Amino acid sequence: MEQHTEPFRRRLRQWLPDHMPREDGPPRTGSARDPARHRELQRRLFDGGFAGLTYPAAYGGQGLTAEFQEVFNQEAAGYELPTLCNVTLGILGPTIVDFGTEEQKLRHIPAILRGDEMWVQLLSEPAGGSDLAGCITRAVRDGDVWVLNGSKIWSTNAHISDFALCLARSNWSLPKHRGLTMFIVALHQPGLDIEPITQANGDAEFCQEFITDLAIGAADTLGAENAGWEVVSRLLYHERNLAGAASPYTYGLVAEGTPVAPTAPELAEVARAAGTAHNNRVRALVAEAHALDAIQEQLVERIGTGIALGTLQATSGSLLRLFEITKVLFCSNASVDIARSEVVVWPEGTAGSLGGQFLMRQSAALAGGSIEMQRNIIAERVLGLPREHAPDVGVPFDSVPHNAPSTRR
Amino acid sequence: MRFDASDEQRQLGVTTRRFLESTVPVSGLRLLGEKNPAGFDRDWWRRAADLGWASLLVPETLGGSGAPGAGLASLADLAIVAEEYGRGVAPGPLLPASVAAWTLAQAEQSENVGAALDAIGAGEAVWAWVRGEGGDPWPQSPPSVRAVPAGNALSLTGTAGAVESGADADRLLVAVCLGDDVAHLAVPAELAGLERRRVSSLDLVRRHADLHFDGAVVPRTAVVIGVDRGRALLERQGHIANVVQCAEMVGAASRSFAMTLAYATERYSFGRPLASYQELKHRFADMKLWLEASEAAVEAAVAAVAADAPEAAARVSTAKLYVGRAAADVVQDCIQIHGGIGVTWEHDLHLYLRRVTTGRQLMGTPAEHTEHLASLLGL
Repeated sequence: MEQHTEPFRRRLRQWLPDHMPREDGPPRTGSARDPARHRELQRRLFDGGFAGLTYPAAYGGQGLTAEFQEVFNQEAAGYELPTLCNVTLGILGPTIVDFGTEEQKLRHIPAILRGDEMWVQLLSEPAGGSDLAGCITRAVRDGDVWVLNGSKIWSTNAHISDFALCLARSNWSLPKHRGLTMFIVALHQPGLDIEPITQANGDAEFCQEFITDLAIGAADTLGAENAGWEVVSRLLYHERNLAGAASPYTYGLVAEGTPVAPTAPELAEVARAAGTAHNNRVRALVAEAHALDAIQEQLVERIGTGIALGTLQATSGSLLRLFEITKVLFCSNASVDIARSEVVVWPEGTAGSLGGQFLMRQSAALAGGSIEMQRNIIAERVLGLPREHAPDVGVPFDSVPHNAPSTRR
Repeated sequence: MRFDASDEQRQLGVTTRRFLESTVPVSGLRLLGEKNPAGFDRDWWRRAADLGWASLLVPETLGGSGAPGAGLASLADLAIVAEEYGRGVAPGPLLPASVAAWTLAQAEQSENVGAALDAIGAGEAVWAWVRGEGGDPWPQSPPSVRAVPAGNALSLTGTAGAVESGADADRLLVAVCLGDDVAHLAVPAELAGLERRRVSSLDLVRRHADLHFDGAVVPRTAVVIGVDRGRALLERQGHIANVVQCAEMVGAASRSFAMTLAYATERYSFGRPLASYQELKHRFADMKLWLEASEAAVEAAVAAVAADAPEAAARVSTAKLYVGRAAADVVQDCIQIHGGIGVTWEHDLHLYLRRVTTGRQLMGTPAEHTEHLASLLGL
């Protein structure tokens, strides 16, 4: 294994100009990204030996430390990168590495690193909200197959992906967390309908899935039968790292998903464009946004070190997620303070991004576990404060009241 | 403290805490402040100095307790002591001693400078750092005292406000404007033409004075850092002082937080522990984040200042603007969660609020450091 980042950096500096295209503008995000293009970009990384830097070498990765990924991301600034693959690389792939059988890992991880497979997570349900473990998608075993029925929601980019990890209830007489199983599901097959959801700003990045008598082979569970919650917990750990800008697996410096607020440097641009750059209150807002960026960088290192050394529990990643949310909310509010009428009116035929972003502001505090859930996790599992009274813990799930399954709209 | 702090650094933290808890317990601070106008006892400060606190930024080669070399490798250690200082709202001139000792260590070494360093390090001599508050905004404000050449001497004029231990110091390190430049002088605290007027301080054991120079004459030999390096050194002094102060605020806020967490866990209301209410749990979660982010901000500032990195000024202002607000917000919220007892003289929380507020307001408020950061960013 390579020990030193400097030879790696030199190799990268030689390789990047010949193999990766330069960005012709700010990095594209959200639905502005073309899936075929991003698969192709991922393939280029793979062919160059730069895919899956921190993935195990046994499954096609490079087996390097997070430091190498940082170096890559520094050096690759300004290049077009397969950021659309980051959910797969940062959340689903690592979860498969953590829980997959040897066969599952050999089958899927190299394909992921080649850009051949894009994955999503099917966890949330229309009837469930934040209560993931209250999952009521039903999995019934029939010989060598499982048959699934139910509905999933808020899956980002499911319509352009290939595979999913899908959580379903395999046993209704066990307590809620203990009767769940995680399934590996091919997304485009009979029994699974995927419908994009139109968001408040008109975009469609999320989907809802309708699952009707979907047959899954008995070997296609990730982790053991009824051990799905363990898999979910680990998956959420990877997700918090990604959302908290602390994932060691992902490429590029842009946040996942469509940003719902300008970054600190973009705020300075907004101020110049709006002619408010010399207002002292505006200058202070922009400076504070930069300060939050600088603190976040060190906070990621600090919390990461604490978790790696075992001084902090893994759930402390929620602190990073909470910081990111508060930073985005700060920048969003700052952007509308700094800009003026252009938030609400703009020339026809041009993008009116600030207003559209402001409409979606709260998605920063919802997607990937709401801000309230992050605070619960910090309070209960980082600080050890008393858990909320929960009538659904420790009793058979079929005796717990829950919402009715959603029907197709 | 960093999670990857060395064993020696952890030990330094533990030793500092034990010494403070056993010699100046928080419960005794009200009386100490009442009985002693200086806010600290000289004998006690000598014992504290025996632990090496006053000379952490002085290399061993110059008799200090710091790392070798002229660098600031020991700034992280000083930040650890400062954090414990905050945790114990401790008395004693840690900050002026550290700044004065570091500055003297940068000076051309002589018998006098060596003796002065020894005396600071041993806690024999108390120094005040005269930089000036209340004039132009920090951190870019010029020193508020001006030196004018008068033959072979310098005549000092001007008022420096809110000088820590200004009325009780034996010696003064005075930053002055000299022509268009800045120089640093080491002078006795008793000077003809210098009036040191004690002022009331919010902190019960950290006392300040306004120093009025009205043609006080000092010999040219009082200059320890000349105009060639004066301005750059002034900036670094400000960095060191703000790092120490931010670390102290983090310590004070962390201790308030821990006290409040314990209280909310033990205290019952409507048949439940206070800490079981989701509203309070969420506030504890926010406070925990502010504290960790404050620690991170201090880490980044310590690293940049110690390395004399180009971004040091930005990191220091970032830390001060964030920690200054976060620490005060944490302590105020801790008071709220305590309820009425939190705003009583009897409860210790006001001691912590006094300390973090003092840190927040001096050597540049968060607003001033925000403005400075905006300038540094070219906004």
